[in-house]
Amino acid sequence: MNGPGVPNESIGSVGTLTKKDFTTDQEVRWCPGCGDYAILSTVQSFMPELGISPDRTVFVSGIGCSGRFTYYMDTYGVHGIHGRAPAIATGIATANPQLSVWVVTGDGDGLSIGGNHLIHALRRNVNLKILLFNNQIYGLTKGQYSPTSEEGKVTKSTPFGSVDHPFNPIALALGAEASFVARTIDNDRQHLSQVLRQAAAHRGTAFVEIYQNCNVFNDGAFDVLREKPRGTHNQIRLEHGQQIVFDEGTRCVSVGDNGRLVITEVATTPPERIVMHDVHGRPSLAFALAHISRGPSEPTCIGVFREVERPIYGEAMMSQLATATERLGEGSLERLLHSGDTWVIS
Amino acid sequence: MTKRVEERQRVVIRFAGDSGDGMQLTGDRFTNATAVLGNDLATMPDFPAEIRAPAGTVHGISAFQIQFASTEILTPGDHPGVLVAMNPAALRAELRSVEKGGTVIVNEDAFTQRNLEKAGYSSDPLQDGTLDGYQVFKVPMTSITVRAVEELGLSRKEAERSKNMFALGLVSWMFGRPVDVTLDWLHRKFGDKPQVFDANVAAFKAGHSFGETTELFATSYEVGPAPAKPGTYRNVAGAQALAWGLVAASERSGLRLFYASYPITPASELLHELSRLKNYDVLTLQAEDEIAAANVALGASFAGDLGVTGTSGPGMDLKAETLGLAVMLELPMVIVDVQRAGPSTGMPTKTEQSDLLLAMFGRHGESPMPVIAARSPSHCFDAAIEAARLAVTYRTPVILLSDTFLSNSSEPWLIPHVDSLPSIDPDFAMGPNAGREFLPYLRDERLARPWAVPGTPGLRHRIGGLEKEDGTGDISYDPQNHERMTELRSAKVDRIADDIPALDVTDPDGGAQILVLGWGSTYGTIEASAARVREQGRSVATAHLTHLNPFPANLGEVVRSYPKVLVPELNSGQLAMLVRAAFLVDVRSLTKVQGQPIYSEELEEMIVRMMDE
Repeated sequence: MNGPGVPNESIGSVGTLTKKDFTTDQEVRWCPGCGDYAILSTVQSFMPELGISPDRTVFVSGIGCSGRFTYYMDTYGVHGIHGRAPAIATGIATANPQLSVWVVTGDGDGLSIGGNHLIHALRRNVNLKILLFNNQIYGLTKGQYSPTSEEGKVTKSTPFGSVDHPFNPIALALGAEASFVARTIDNDRQHLSQVLRQAAAHRGTAFVEIYQNCNVFNDGAFDVLREKPRGTHNQIRLEHGQQIVFDEGTRCVSVGDNGRLVITEVATTPPERIVMHDVHGRPSLAFALAHISRGPSEPTCIGVFREVERPIYGEAMMSQLATATERLGEGSLERLLHSGDTWVIS
Repeated sequence: MTKRVEERQRVVIRFAGDSGDGMQLTGDRFTNATAVLGNDLATMPDFPAEIRAPAGTVHGISAFQIQFASTEILTPGDHPGVLVAMNPAALRAELRSVEKGGTVIVNEDAFTQRNLEKAGYSSDPLQDGTLDGYQVFKVPMTSITVRAVEELGLSRKEAERSKNMFALGLVSWMFGRPVDVTLDWLHRKFGDKPQVFDANVAAFKAGHSFGETTELFATSYEVGPAPAKPGTYRNVAGAQALAWGLVAASERSGLRLFYASYPITPASELLHELSRLKNYDVLTLQAEDEIAAANVALGASFAGDLGVTGTSGPGMDLKAETLGLAVMLELPMVIVDVQRAGPSTGMPTKTEQSDLLLAMFGRHGESPMPVIAARSPSHCFDAAIEAARLAVTYRTPVILLSDTFLSNSSEPWLIPHVDSLPSIDPDFAMGPNAGREFLPYLRDERLARPWAVPGTPGLRHRIGGLEKEDGTGDISYDPQNHERMTELRSAKVDRIADDIPALDVTDPDGGAQILVLGWGSTYGTIEASAARVREQGRSVATAHLTHLNPFPANLGEVVRSYPKVLVPELNSGQLAMLVRAAFLVDVRSLTKVQGQPIYSEELEEMIVRMMDE
């Protein structure tokens, strides 16, 4: 049915894979010091642990600095056009559910020109892992403000400061009914790997926002979270089933008097008021956590916000085919052409 | 009384009413009964874009025209000989097209003061001489229908709804159409809704009996079966034939069909038709927008399916960037453009052939792709298979042009044997093609590159919109390489000319001095007009293009061999421009952009005028 009839089981059983198996011979051409290097290296190192052959893995990207990612992964790959990677990937993942399909996009590619495709992929729950590199700037076009740039941002296209209100990518994904929503940081190899692991294990669309430093056009945008020791104080690490406590156990997310989530000192907060993280519950908690900060300039949640099970788009489509065939019998072109009124001339 | 039966060779009937009156259904049913009788036929639905325009107004009129004959015919006819007008607005909108002395059947009940005003009549056309010179039948269709279904306990409004079946019954009697075909269909359609079924049957029978028993109608007409090649026939509309052609291409290639589309008039019919065929292993996806639909199809092709997207003009604009990517990726893909009258939203339910230059050139950079066009409703089947064959064989996106007229029109079709259809070889790459290496842009003798789908061991490769290095497919900014790749992409498409039939010229008398060259849905009109000219004892040659890019290899020779070449098109001269540019031949144009097909008489007049110049 798919392609040349390659038995998928045989290519799934792979020997010991290493980072090398996922690395192409192409020269990596991001600016020196770009956060993308760290992400690429982490992804290449992490892929072998999935035990999925690179022959069965597909990376799809759009346009922007993140778009080059595809050329550096020794898997199957499509470097598409601006914003459309989720749509191309939807075609691939739906046509062959046996594939492990990854989308790499950025804040301009995924949230501006391709915003529509992103939300609809999330809504459908296509079996895709979407990595959105958010650097809050247009890098490849040399420094215009993006849909995640903060208000007042001075860039080449906003010399007097941006008057646009930014997207909150996590809140957007939650609003689009995404079944898996997480955030991580480019230079935290361990946290990035852990989030990728959970995303890969998720059945359906996994949306992972990665704060990524653009050291040329928007350097330091995430320093409050990225840099040690400041980051240690400001990262609110979400762990399912754990109370949300951060800053070396001194601060926490708690329920305020009016029911809103607030950041308080652990010492002065009644323990029952400290929020217990639950990725499977109602989206309102995840949504509130997405809004606990106004941006990466203050304490911000990282980790998995939400993870729920929903039918996978491609599987649902395939099961419709199977049901229709069961009910109506396998289609015969001969019969189709003769359906309805016919007459014979002899 | 005894009724007279007259024999006719050909008849053109136009049913017209409010868009909620069920005229399309009436026309459709009449068509099926006519097809089963063995007449040759051609139909043309003509409806407004509004789902329900204000009742009784001229712009809310929905019409359906059919020509049927005991001889071969090719068009739905220029002028109806019979008009069925369900209200004053229908009469006002359609009367001018009825032939002189033609028959007009009106629903007399609808000619109320209020309806006359809504239609813009200041006096009653049934009384004021408007219809002088026509044979007029005033039939109180609504009241008879209401009486006929009285016992079924329907509300008046529900009862009135069956009046289209009354009209169908009456016209079926007038032209001796078989009754059982319609009754069987009603049974299939409404068998599980007894009240609706009974009402429709009662109204249909009432119409039939009305013709047979009242003195109003003294004559009925007989149109005998048309001679045709032996075989099994069916009636088929363009949209259906195109959808089935895609299914056939899927079966003949062993590739699963993956159709991604966004709702748009008039292409939605394809999505509807294919969505029903899940047991044929057809995947359909209604995308979030036109752009997504194209990208989903392209992604599916990358994964090894036959990726197809369908749309109309506005959607083609949106898909243009993706088509450029498909040119660069060199993957099989079919893009169906069911053309409609533009620019912009234009006239969405009206026909036009104005996307030819868009199909040829409507992308940035130099991004050639094959373009083919269907010529008749049933030819949509063959054209779809051909589009898929070229796409798969040459690893290229292919634009398949249909149009509103083809999509909605229907004609009898000699059903082909499945094993006589062309077979298509996907020829997937299974292993390395350069020693131990796999080079994704190493071409075969046709200049097609290998199609290696994800999951194939050892053939991992990355493709994308950036310029490719010849052979390896690596990113390249080398100036010479870009020029070479541009030439290769173009040469690949050009070489298809060696793989398609030469253009066939019809010149039965030999020695014609004028060639009429067409493409797409003007085929019927061109052949019908040429037949009329030949009936006058004059010679004319005709030829019709299915392949528009590349042209058949002999096209230049053909157009140069006639002193005069006329190109009729539903646009302002697009094929004419291409032929002039390619062959420096001074072709003449007959153009029409009224949202309606060219009439045979218009073309006949032009041919004769050019002959006499």
